[in-house]
Amino acid sequence: MNEGIGARVLRKEDKRFITGEGRYTDDIVQPNQRYASFVRSPYAHAKIKKINKSAAEGMVGVEAVFDGKQLTGDGIGNIICGWMIHSKDGSPMNMGVWSALATETVRYVGDAVAVVVADTAANAKAAAEAVEVDYEELPSVIKPDAALEKSAPQIHDNAKNNLIFDWEIGEEKATDDAIKGAAHVVELDVTNNRLAPNAIEPRSAIAVYSKAEDHYTLYTTSQNPHVARLVLSAFYQVAPEHKLRVVAPDVGGGFGSKIYIYPEEIVCLWASMKTNCSIKWTAERSESFLTDAHGRDHVSNIKIGFDKNHKIVGLKVDTIANLGAYMSLFSSCVPTYLYATLLSGQYDIANIHCNVRTVYTNTTPVDAYRGAGRPEACYLVERAMETAARQLGTSPAELRRKNFVGSFPHQTPVIMNYDVGDFAANLDAAIKAADYGGFETRRAEAAKVGKLRGIGMSSYIEACGIAPSAAVGSLGAGVGLWESAEVRVNPVGTVEILTGSHSHGQGHETTFAQLVCDRFGLPADNVQVVHGDTDKVQFGMGTYGSRSGAVGMSAIAQALDKVEIKAKKIGAHMLEVKESDIVIEDGEVKVPGSNKVLGWHEVCLNAYTAHNLPEGMEPGLKEGSFYDPANFTFPAGTYICEVEVDPETGHTDIVQFVASDDFGTIVNPMIVEGQVHGGIAQGIGQALLEEVVYDDNGQLLTGSYMDYAMPRADDLPSYQVSHESTPCPSNPLGIKGCGEAGAIGSPPALINAITDAIGNNDLSMPATPAKVWAAIQAAGTKQAAE
Amino acid sequence: MTTVSMTVNGKAVSGDVEDRTLLVDFIRVNLGLTGTHVGCDTSQCGACVVHVDGKAIKACTMLAVRAEGSEITTIEGLAKDGELHPMQAAFKENHGLQCGFCTPGMIMAATEFVERYKVSGIELDEAAIRKELEGNICRCTGYHNIVRSIEDAASKM
Repeated sequence: MNEGIGARVLRKEDKRFITGEGRYTDDIVQPNQRYASFVRSPYAHAKIKKINKSAAEGMVGVEAVFDGKQLTGDGIGNIICGWMIHSKDGSPMNMGVWSALATETVRYVGDAVAVVVADTAANAKAAAEAVEVDYEELPSVIKPDAALEKSAPQIHDNAKNNLIFDWEIGEEKATDDAIKGAAHVVELDVTNNRLAPNAIEPRSAIAVYSKAEDHYTLYTTSQNPHVARLVLSAFYQVAPEHKLRVVAPDVGGGFGSKIYIYPEEIVCLWASMKTNCSIKWTAERSESFLTDAHGRDHVSNIKIGFDKNHKIVGLKVDTIANLGAYMSLFSSCVPTYLYATLLSGQYDIANIHCNVRTVYTNTTPVDAYRGAGRPEACYLVERAMETAARQLGTSPAELRRKNFVGSFPHQTPVIMNYDVGDFAANLDAAIKAADYGGFETRRAEAAKVGKLRGIGMSSYIEACGIAPSAAVGSLGAGVGLWESAEVRVNPVGTVEILTGSHSHGQGHETTFAQLVCDRFGLPADNVQVVHGDTDKVQFGMGTYGSRSGAVGMSAIAQALDKVEIKAKKIGAHMLEVKESDIVIEDGEVKVPGSNKVLGWHEVCLNAYTAHNLPEGMEPGLKEGSFYDPANFTFPAGTYICEVEVDPETGHTDIVQFVASDDFGTIVNPMIVEGQVHGGIAQGIGQALLEEVVYDDNGQLLTGSYMDYAMPRADDLPSYQVSHESTPCPSNPLGIKGCGEAGAIGSPPALINAITDAIGNNDLSMPATPAKVWAAIQAAGTKQAAE
Repeated sequence: MTTVSMTVNGKAVSGDVEDRTLLVDFIRVNLGLTGTHVGCDTSQCGACVVHVDGKAIKACTMLAVRAEGSEITTIEGLAKDGELHPMQAAFKENHGLQCGFCTPGMIMAATEFVERYKVSGIELDEAAIRKELEGNICRCTGYHNIVRSIEDAASKM
């Protein structure tokens, strides 16, 4: 059975999940385990005047109650943003102080001020409610544009008018001139709605301190355990790196929200040392809504100028991005280098300029959420392109095609160098799959039964495989973004892959094993993938930005190269032939067309007995690698969405959703299709259902699944997913990445479809029935349908 | 504290619980059966679905003391004699799971409603499956392959 690259291998990890044997953080129980519960601010902005812990300390089962002054008094450092952005005047970003437990000021509802450690979760929670905090409420600001007004409350002393940075990219004057001279200009004001990531497994941590060893272990819901260890030790001074082990066991979804190091993990580790107990904390869903980093929340204006032949001459964007009350770990790069660098879309545009102001507000911190900057860029460009086609009276497909980048490599005016692609191939495939040409007939049929049918498309591009370390370093990143891998071949010929990537649903235990099957012809069952434990895996940068394929698997491929070279040397020595004559396939090491054949296991065994090795060769068969990517990768594609809107209720039915993607090499089509399905569902969620809502006082109104509209099975259609691939030239496997595409490409396709159906382009996300109904009334399209 | 006794996955069990202890906590903490998950605390996500006397119940909505004398099946008890239940097998064969966290609840809910439709003789089409999944939230799969898995299992159950 072929289990190599391209095979639809069923997942090795599934059996434990379908039988209830998955091991998530909250499933783990440690000896001497206590439970933590956090005391959180009920105010969006307030001074802490006094904390009275005595009532809580006297309650049943309570081990200890700690506040922020004790934490900072022990030298625990402030939480930081790891990517430096400079404003256009050259000044560094204004990063405010964020202590894991607030000491003087709380800045959003949910900001932690104290922690209770008790014998049971229920007792800890009861005692947390008994901690008396005396607050002096301060005025708050919630909306990003309002935060910049002179009268707005000041959230951090060092960020005047709540401005974190005022950044730009591209040539402003050339862009202004191009748009000024354009035959037609399209302009849109666009809000990109704030989302809550909502991995179904809430965040959880267990801190285990060994007094005798002065050693810490943290079990946690992390997408990147090594980064967590590095940051916890180097920046927060919780423990030195060699005295801290971080384990991320089975993790129930991440979507970005489990990249960051949050106050709770820091506090649990520190409190474990203070109490000499193991301490578990698991978020309730309401805590997830309050404290998991949110996504999106941009307010933007876009202008695109076209010449008389409908070619784009310039594109200008002005954005205000809400980063919430504090700067989360990667919050600064999301609305800058992960966003404005993609504003060229799939199009050949000579002049682009984008200005971004990031602001503090009294809301939950905002950071990368599936797509991270790229959905915001794609939404702007693709809404504007569809709008332009309508205004110019041309086909949306042909307007895009006319402006596509046609030859590669292509340097955009906003840093990115597109290495390869065939945008027209994806457009054509999507048009065919969606029967785009037959739409007007379907629209007429729908009108007969009183329904408004619409069609919309989106041709997205994004950047993955983040990223060349020197490049991101020059842009302000505090870390390198390579990946590491180790391939350990056992004496019996079975193989262990140790990887710095982390799987929280992506199926790495299967796809990574397929690389070994492909290379040596071994069955996938003979390969074990090890990840998520800093004691086992040497180092890793983790999984986000669709980087496990393009970067993580490239590291494995590079380690496999070294294993292959050594195995061939040993085989050639044993068979007494030249190395260059040796081929390894189907689990054999052989000279093709001869009777000189060794079993793979025979070569492996000899590597470890070392009875018959070439002179001077070290025993063993184990190789490691660090792979630093040569470029970003550029997944791209076209999505087409068709809807039927009920003019009586404003309800939208998605009747067809077609995706044609270019992900380069696909290791396991089954898993890639699953990634696209999930991404599209999150994109549809953003466009149709989801929004984090605060009231004017900063109270979170969407703090549970009763209030926040998660997409459910009957909100969503089945999807038609296909691929047109151009292998990526910048990594050894030709992989581009597929994890975020669905969430990037789908929101504009859906909103383009609804606005087409209702004949009113003025519609914001989420397109709830109430908003759609109101837009129908405004446009008077109800009568048109009747 | 109250002593409760019930049958879980065919075995008689008992334990001392507080009046406020939820069935899901009794299953996870007292019995150590951690395949049943807690995702939302408000009976919305369905990660905690188990069978109580043959009915799919969200174990976070039921007090442990109310389950006194009940027959309970959790995800750990679904496979019989080492043989996966057709619903479990179908989730694997159709890539009906990614992170796996919602999966036990999905499988427990689906086995119950597939049986229910079979008994009633009503056709379980895609629309019906999607409607029946209203109480189970998945963030990874977009439900596409969960629906395929349930269609596949229904044809074999």
